[in-house]
Amino acid sequence: MTSAATVTEGVDSPYALSHLDALESEAVHIFREVAGEFERPVILFSGGKDSIVMLHLALKAFAPAAVPFSLLHVDTGHNFPEVLAYRDRVVAEHGLRLHVASVQEYIDAGKLRERPDGVRNPLQTLPLTEAIQQHRFDAVFGGGRRDEEKARAKERVFSLRDEFSQWDPRRQRPELWQLYNGRHAPGEHVRVFPLSNWTELDVWQYIAREDIDLPGIYFAHEREVFKRSGMWLTAGEWGGPKGSESVETRLVRYRTVGDMSCTGAVDSDATTLDAVITEIAASRLTERGATRADDKMSEAAMEDRKREGYF
Amino acid sequence: MSTSTKQLADLSATTLLRFATAGSVDDGKSTLVGRLLHDSKSVLTDQLEAVEAASLKRGQEAPDLALLTDGLRAEREQGITIDVAYRYFATARRRFILADTPGHVQYTRNMVTGASTADLAVVLVDARNGVIEQTRRHAAVAALLRVPHVVLAVNKMDLVAYEEKVFAAIAEEFTAYASELGVPEITAIPISALAGDNVVEPSANMDWYGGPTVLEHLETVPVSHDLTSCHARLPVQYVIRPQTAELPDYRGYAGQIAAGTFRVGEPVTVLPSGRTSTIAGIDLLGESVDVAWTPQSVTLLLNDDIDISRGDLIVPSGDAPPTTQDVEATVCHVADQPLTVGQRVLLKHTTRTVKAIVKEIPSRLTLDDLSQHPEPGQLVANDIGQVLVRTAEPLALDSYAHSRRTGSFLLIDPADGTTLAAGMAGESFATHKTLTAVADEEGWDF
Repeated sequence: MTSAATVTEGVDSPYALSHLDALESEAVHIFREVAGEFERPVILFSGGKDSIVMLHLALKAFAPAAVPFSLLHVDTGHNFPEVLAYRDRVVAEHGLRLHVASVQEYIDAGKLRERPDGVRNPLQTLPLTEAIQQHRFDAVFGGGRRDEEKARAKERVFSLRDEFSQWDPRRQRPELWQLYNGRHAPGEHVRVFPLSNWTELDVWQYIAREDIDLPGIYFAHEREVFKRSGMWLTAGEWGGPKGSESVETRLVRYRTVGDMSCTGAVDSDATTLDAVITEIAASRLTERGATRADDKMSEAAMEDRKREGYF
Repeated sequence: MSTSTKQLADLSATTLLRFATAGSVDDGKSTLVGRLLHDSKSVLTDQLEAVEAASLKRGQEAPDLALLTDGLRAEREQGITIDVAYRYFATARRRFILADTPGHVQYTRNMVTGASTADLAVVLVDARNGVIEQTRRHAAVAALLRVPHVVLAVNKMDLVAYEEKVFAAIAEEFTAYASELGVPEITAIPISALAGDNVVEPSANMDWYGGPTVLEHLETVPVSHDLTSCHARLPVQYVIRPQTAELPDYRGYAGQIAAGTFRVGEPVTVLPSGRTSTIAGIDLLGESVDVAWTPQSVTLLLNDDIDISRGDLIVPSGDAPPTTQDVEATVCHVADQPLTVGQRVLLKHTTRTVKAIVKEIPSRLTLDDLSQHPEPGQLVANDIGQVLVRTAEPLALDSYAHSRRTGSFLLIDPADGTTLAAGMAGESFATHKTLTAVADEEGWDF
């Protein structure tokens, strides 16, 4: 093995890490940096695949000890029941502590008003930022990936937020080598994105490699859906169908898991991880382009929401 | 093997290459990036549709591929790239992370940012203009940051009639300049990003060129270095102590191997204390292994219960870097507020952050002609200069020439946490030249 290491390493070198190993190692490094530098970190956990992968990486990073972070879920009140059940199962299995910030409670208390279009994703920002302040979290892990969206492509791995949780993309710290600067004043916090360099395909390949359990809605199943703004939305008490919209039963799956009011299902017969990966690799649509209504509102929708404190 | 299963196997076999692009405004950098993304089928239908719609709204007839990469409102409004953005694309052979850095003169710090994690830098030159000041600046930054591979992409060959002698002259001039700066490997490729010559497909217009296309080169360039010549280094990030009934005495030292390899049984020294032990076990994220290497994230178990905490450096006994409180380095200043002699700062090196004071700024470098300006008193945004920094505690610092990971550091403003400067310890080409007092355009007029 020593002699092998003296030759210049090529693509097939035994010392070259596969791309998944390299991404995993980098993400674990980020988790450990936060554990070493911050007092009160928290992982944003939605029960979606990216946050599930984040939790899996955190479990590996600190094994055989417990994950030194709690979880925070912003519950829109329109979440998929399968995902909430998954969330509670995972929390119990690993003995984790879960904080829930509830959009419904904010609406009931009159602090937030339901939008005319019924989309609740943008309403998550206030409960999220208030929960961060209330619990005095100083590092908040998000599953955001730079490949998702062009404003996210500009996001740092360690991203400072001011006392109003705002993001100012023009005043970001340069990110040099693997030296992450987590300095912050009281009241400020740092958003941390360990999956920054992962793509949707990487996430799925990693889930397959590590055999990670997912909520069933990621795989093809029959579901009652209706069409709104070109997307298949789940029919339900949250607000659909309305007027001329009509329900039909289709074989679908979800590429992202968000609020039912703005997350669309895709037609699919992929019932296994391999089938999902093959489908993603062949897809000509991005994850968000295919299934998220809130990003279609304007050219800068994500940047504008992120500036306000959205993850 | 069915086609889809074979594709899956291909996808999982790939390695990762991080690279950065650098080029002046109008050298065609956006076009090259756009073509790499487009021709490797990494631009998806909805992204193209969004670009087409936005271009139309602006009154442009053809889709403006720059809109694909300019992610911020201000960038789209001004039509310039302000900040580094990271792009992702893949071929069957490899996955790529591209640091797309703006080419403006005032954004040297952005190229430094992109180059700091890059295994390869692509420097673009307009074939009609040849090697210009900005090209030399990019070569100097790549050399300073010790990016292992540099590609000179001579673009717009279609506008010089695809003439070999134009390309050869530029390649020769650039190679001579970059080699003198210590760039270890230079590959020159004649391309037309607009027409697609030698970017992804070999050019039919330049049969005199026998080398790889840009993509072919990116796919085959080696990603890691000679591990045996590297000094093994593990900065301790976090001490893992479960303190459970089953594992009452487990103490693991977690970190990402910054350089070299570690083996079970190897004698190790902990810096800066100098205590010694041997490696009892290596845990590679849940799997017990006999050997581990950079950049794997691992947990080391030692045979002796010694005092080790975050910020310590574990190294093979007999191969320890010297510890010092006097750091000599080249820095690139990345903040808007200046760095001045006498300033109190924080120095972050690997997992260790210590108080420090800027003792001297012996010189400032002008990248255009590599001239040195002695005793500038301060460094401002995008300046590159020599510094002497005194630290409150000893640091186990390698020379950046030996290890990009353990020879690099940040200077941080303790008042507001701003990252002030990117530091590279030890000698660089910027220290080799004897200081010559050169008239400073910003007013040395005495």
